[in-house]
Amino acid sequence: MMTPPGTGETVRAEPRMGGLGLPWLLSERRPPVALLAAGIVVGAAAMLPAAYLLIVVAGDLGPALEVAFDADTALLVARTLGLAAAVTATAIAIALPIGWLTVRTDLPGRRLWATLLTLPLVIPSYVGAYLFVAALGPNGILQDLLGVERLPSIYGFPGAWLVLSLFTYPLVLLPVRSTLRRLDPQLEDAARAMGRTPLATFRSVVMPQLWPALAVGGLLVALYVISDFGAVSIMRFDAFTNEIYLTYKSSFDRTAAAGLGAVLVVLMLLALWLNSRIRHARALHRLGPGTARPPRAYALGRWRWPALAGCGLLALIALVLPVAVLVYWSSKGISAGSTSLELAGGLAANSLMTGVGAAICGALAALVIAVLAGRFPSPLSRTLERVGHAGYALPGIVVALALVFFATRAAPALYQTVIMLVFALTVHYLPLAIGPIGTSLTQVSPRIEEAARGLGRGPTQVFRSITVPLVRGGILAGAALVFLHAVKELPATLILAPIGFETLATEIWTQTSFGFYEASAIPSLILLAIAAPPLYLLSERGAVAA
Amino acid sequence: MTATAATAAPLRLDGLAKAYGPVAAVDGLDLEVEAGSVCALLGPSGCGKTTTLRLIAGLERPDAGEIAIGERTLNGPGEFVAPERRRIGMVFQDYALFPHLDVAGNVGYGLGRSPDRGRVAEVLDLVGLDADAQRPVHELSGGQQQRVALARSLAPTPELILLDEPFSNLDAGLRDRLRQEVREILTRAGVTTLFVTHDQAEALSIAESVAVMREGRVEQFGTPEEIYSRPASRWVAGFLGEIEVVPGDAAEGRVECELGSFSAEQGVKGPVDVLVRPESIAIGISGPEGAASAEVVGRRFFGHDQLVELRLRSGQTIRSRRLGFPAWHPGDHVRAWVDGPTDVLPREGDATAAAAPVD
Repeated sequence: MMTPPGTGETVRAEPRMGGLGLPWLLSERRPPVALLAAGIVVGAAAMLPAAYLLIVVAGDLGPALEVAFDADTALLVARTLGLAAAVTATAIAIALPIGWLTVRTDLPGRRLWATLLTLPLVIPSYVGAYLFVAALGPNGILQDLLGVERLPSIYGFPGAWLVLSLFTYPLVLLPVRSTLRRLDPQLEDAARAMGRTPLATFRSVVMPQLWPALAVGGLLVALYVISDFGAVSIMRFDAFTNEIYLTYKSSFDRTAAAGLGAVLVVLMLLALWLNSRIRHARALHRLGPGTARPPRAYALGRWRWPALAGCGLLALIALVLPVAVLVYWSSKGISAGSTSLELAGGLAANSLMTGVGAAICGALAALVIAVLAGRFPSPLSRTLERVGHAGYALPGIVVALALVFFATRAAPALYQTVIMLVFALTVHYLPLAIGPIGTSLTQVSPRIEEAARGLGRGPTQVFRSITVPLVRGGILAGAALVFLHAVKELPATLILAPIGFETLATEIWTQTSFGFYEASAIPSLILLAIAAPPLYLLSERGAVAA
Repeated sequence: MTATAATAAPLRLDGLAKAYGPVAAVDGLDLEVEAGSVCALLGPSGCGKTTTLRLIAGLERPDAGEIAIGERTLNGPGEFVAPERRRIGMVFQDYALFPHLDVAGNVGYGLGRSPDRGRVAEVLDLVGLDADAQRPVHELSGGQQQRVALARSLAPTPELILLDEPFSNLDAGLRDRLRQEVREILTRAGVTTLFVTHDQAEALSIAESVAVMREGRVEQFGTPEEIYSRPASRWVAGFLGEIEVVPGDAAEGRVECELGSFSAEQGVKGPVDVLVRPESIAIGISGPEGAASAEVVGRRFFGHDQLVELRLRSGQTIRSRRLGFPAWHPGDHVRAWVDGPTDVLPREGDATAAAAPVD
């Protein structure tokens, strides 16, 4: 009857639901058939572009490989990676001091600066690019002002680098700020007490803790640059994306474009892999009990003035001037009667329709994936969750290209339809919605759902009356993120929109490619106005860097 | 007060088993809880008690065994009643209140789409929260949240209430008060109750019957008094509190040991262990006949009481718990004897190891 105590007792962990990850086929926590079916449909949809790209490339391996291993392609890779590296470094160099100034010092108006200096994120890179061309390019505003014959050319690498840096650094600023806010200032006090100077303290205590934030933000910037199409095209910098676009447009043999697309996907995967290595190597937590004190603000003293000047200059170039120029051109266009507000209204309606459509589909699809992964853990649901992130590794132009192949070969009825466009935007931005919805779902204890079951409600009723209301915030955030990105999306819209279906983004592109900068002003302003509210909503929730 | 019209029903578990992979969490468990009584499932963490509760609630499927409430079989061969159709109320350790509903919304949730307001008010009145119906649940204190959870589980007049470590999230002072309150509420509601705890004081003070669980089985079932004073094994004895084990010899209905001689059951013969709780070991300058001679070797003072460490002539060290005064000091020569219940078990292996309590 008795065994020596102390042997058998500690071994038995009281298992919690689904904790041991048995295959769902064997476990009782089997998801409802409808949910599982929906999950598989979503997974298949998310995989479709990547899978079809693979099929196209594999089906015509010779030319595709030829393109992929071409010397020109190697040059393209080098240029694209070089641009990504330069922009990422610059974005970090801008975001790090701004983050520090607005969180840890007594900079006057630091909250206002933080908001102002996050806002450039709303300006799509292609809008920023044409504004800079209009300002600094040949016959531009600056040339007029200075009255000189020629200015150093803005086209090529310098322009692309400048514009992308100025409009992507907020992607680093957001995680840096949120990390700095959570740092335990006692660590710095301890370092100072051990005789380190403030600068040495920053290097040896603060910087190591900032690494994860810099890695996350830096990755977002790098991915943005690699997949950016608008800014590099306008700046006439030969990067991967515009080469793909030109190849696709100019030849009937579209396998060459697919081969290039495949190489681009490899670059994206490389960046993602690098990031996960950095992140895993640097898991840092606050040790010890107690709540962290709010960080202490360093007194800037007379350094306040250069700090203010720097913030002001950045806000001027990245936000105030672009918006001011857009407003000026718009009012000029309206008063001259050369801009049609009716036309702009139609464009806005089309943009809203595709954006809202993608947001709704994306949130629903993400909800399915998140519930499967969060409530019915199994190898299958984990796989579906990973597959749901596939769109992340594919630049918009590659998603669009793959779907063109798919539609022309397998689903001609869908080719050149708005459905296809919304589908592409949904699949591409699905990972953005899975993040916040998954997070909010993990914050709802399964006990709460079990309690509801015990009170006599079936699974469907519990989901409707308990789960959905509790994760509503996450669903809204996910939908807002998808919307924000979908309305700005340029290359996928260019390639997939039916003929005659113009959105704000495609109209801006068309007008600027003819040099009609002033005509692009109204659609640009409307685009900013549409994108700003969801961004504000998200930054309030702190979810924008998800 | 006729707050609830619950028709209490007995609970019967028969050979219940549940394994997670190679780990048997519940391993052939039998238990019967009388209709309308309060039963504690007591055991160390990891003994399978929470899993048992989840099996009864239908939140897990057993691998084998039967669960029945009254005449209704909830689990049997080829049978599984969904949790929402079991008519069992459950109070979770962290209460699992619905954060988006107010107090009345939580309590009325189990009463269907349009809950009977009278019933909600009635149950809130039962737990003393009638004035807080419209408050959001996050504004409530821990004790109030617990009473909302209790009211919510009572509202649909279940036949059985399950409570999972109901008092572990409360601070010590509040815990003691709420134990009595909850006990009264459950008695007034007249519902069969099974609650899980790892705290022996909690089990002994509120339950009418206690099932001590170990490694997925019930090691002993009985009233709190039986469990405490006549433990079925050294393990149960050690789990329920401090215990001293003194070797002795049994013959013809009597047991002889260093602390004296006592009557024992007829069947017991040969070398035995006498189990005595420290509070049953008395000490004095002089003692009754048969008392052992001992020397005080240590003392810890707790205010209300003191724990005096004694070395017997045999060299064995035992503890005696006495009131705080008079004070005993190391070096005092005393007499020690048993003044209270003892339990006699056949000697087994290394007695000191077997009696060590596992926390």
